Amino acid sequence: MMQAGRIAWKTVEWVLLAAVGLVFLFPFLWMFLTAFKTMPEVYQFPPTWWPESWQFENFRIAWNSGPFPTYVMNSIFVAGGILILQFLIAVPAAYAFARYRFAGRGWLFGLTLIALMIPGQVIFLPVYVEMSHWGLVNTLWSLILPFGASAFGIFLLRQSFMQVPDEVIEAARLDDASEWKIMWTIMVPMAKPVLVTFGLFSFIYHWNDYFWPLIMTNSDSVRTLPIGISMLKAAEGGKQWNVIMAGNMILVLPILVVFFFAQRHIISAFVYQSK
Amino acid sequence: MRKEAAAPQLAGTGNEVSEKLSGASLELRERIRPYLYVAPAMLFFGLFFFFPIVYVIYLSFFDWSLLNLEEMEWVGFANFTALFMEEDFQQVLGNTLVYTVATVGLGICLSFLLALWLNRKAKVYGIVQAAVFSPHIVSLVSVAMLWMWLMDPQYGLLNALLEWVGLPGYTWLSDTKSAMISLILVSIWKGVGYNTLVFIAGMQSIPRDIYEAAELDYSSWWRTLTRITIPMLSPTMFFLLVINTVSSFQVFDTIYIMTQGGPVNSTNMLVFYIYEQGMDFYNGGAASAASVILLVMVGLLTLLQFRLMEKKVHYR
Repeated sequence: MMQAGRIAWKTVEWVLLAAVGLVFLFPFLWMFLTAFKTMPEVYQFPPTWWPESWQFENFRIAWNSGPFPTYVMNSIFVAGGILILQFLIAVPAAYAFARYRFAGRGWLFGLTLIALMIPGQVIFLPVYVEMSHWGLVNTLWSLILPFGASAFGIFLLRQSFMQVPDEVIEAARLDDASEWKIMWTIMVPMAKPVLVTFGLFSFIYHWNDYFWPLIMTNSDSVRTLPIGISMLKAAEGGKQWNVIMAGNMILVLPILVVFFFAQRHIISAFVYQSK
Repeated sequence: MRKEAAAPQLAGTGNEVSEKLSGASLELRERIRPYLYVAPAMLFFGLFFFFPIVYVIYLSFFDWSLLNLEEMEWVGFANFTALFMEEDFQQVLGNTLVYTVATVGLGICLSFLLALWLNRKAKVYGIVQAAVFSPHIVSLVSVAMLWMWLMDPQYGLLNALLEWVGLPGYTWLSDTKSAMISLILVSIWKGVGYNTLVFIAGMQSIPRDIYEAAELDYSSWWRTLTRITIPMLSPTMFFLLVINTVSSFQVFDTIYIMTQGGPVNSTNMLVFYIYEQGMDFYNGGAASAASVILLVMVGLLTLLQFRLMEKKVHYR
């Protein structure tokens, strides 16, 4: 009896687990299936599950509806540029916060923490005005520069630099290594896991970002992929959901593939902030 | 004369003096070194963070427009009084509040339950955790368009499923009452995985021996939950409360893509309002005043969070 009850309970739990998994994954599968359907099939009610014939054509239509190669290049350039700039700025700052005692350290670190808490949406308007004074509106700079200093990156790296044993640094100093050299050739390699974690977080975040490019750009030459994809919706009167979903796949698939292979890293990157 | 005399001395006799000198300059260099290292970060924070905060407060006292930044007229608090008098803005504040309370409240409850359930070692639980988390890393643009399609009142999958189980179709985004509910639903779907994993991380950091002690005391499951798990998780819960509230305040992408604030202003919320006033209607005064209000709201929450962090440090 006990055994049977246990098995029944386990079965119920498995069904529930599958249901929860479906709630979160099925919409993506639906995106995928819709992307391959024909227009008449999209506008069929009740809908078909499986496409009657697989329309790879939809991807071509989506891709050709705008200068997508430019969007992709801009997205990579912006997300990559931000990452490099954040790295170059965060490493020395984190090293100073972790390894030096200096007047005003607590205060400056406090400012960094405030910057960690307040989101860009709150101050986009004055930053826009600033950018327009500098003539940088509608350039890729206006998408990169505001994110140059990452409070989160400084915070993460500082934690990791603090864990490097003192002896390692003392030994390097005895060898007459300069502080600059210690920072880049000893500390940075030791912080590699944290750098990978932070890199994934930053790249995914800015690859996905819609708000900032929407505010700062108004011509195709500097637009990023999320903007391009969102314009598929407005393209032609009736909504071509198959083409829109095909476009979405271009944006989503790289992220989901990376997630599949680097799940642990990505989850810890996003969840880390809570600690 | 003196200079001429001093120079050869420095170069010539050398050792003692130059050693002393380089020692002093070396010390000076070591002293300013940390400041040099944090300077670039502080420069960027200053330019794109702290200055804009001050600047937007300044701007909120002027009547201005993005069309012509040269002409700004001082109006004192007029922008703020006008905002609070305006019925649309009252509705925007109300909408933001409803959205925030619902998203944060439901989101946190749901993710807490999921975390309690999924915090187990077997592989299935890990897979389901990853599935629940996956929407969090996908662009909100895609999520918004995907759900618009799912929620299509005529051809969408959701209404097909409702019909399939014998229920009438729902109005989703096309009705003033249901549009807000739809946005809340999308936001919970996207965010619940993050909260769940943060909860799970919190649960795993609770020392095992506390649970072992409870087991020795024959503590019931419910008692263990309410006397150990929940109190031990209170910092995590508070963290999530603040983070989720701040991110609900700044909801924009889903509104912009799915509803444009409609139907009839029913899903218009703060950041969308600021965007519309500033970028579409060129009403810089209203937009900057609304930004300041948002800034105060987020600032208060941040203060609260800092107070708690201090406490946490104390207990350690």
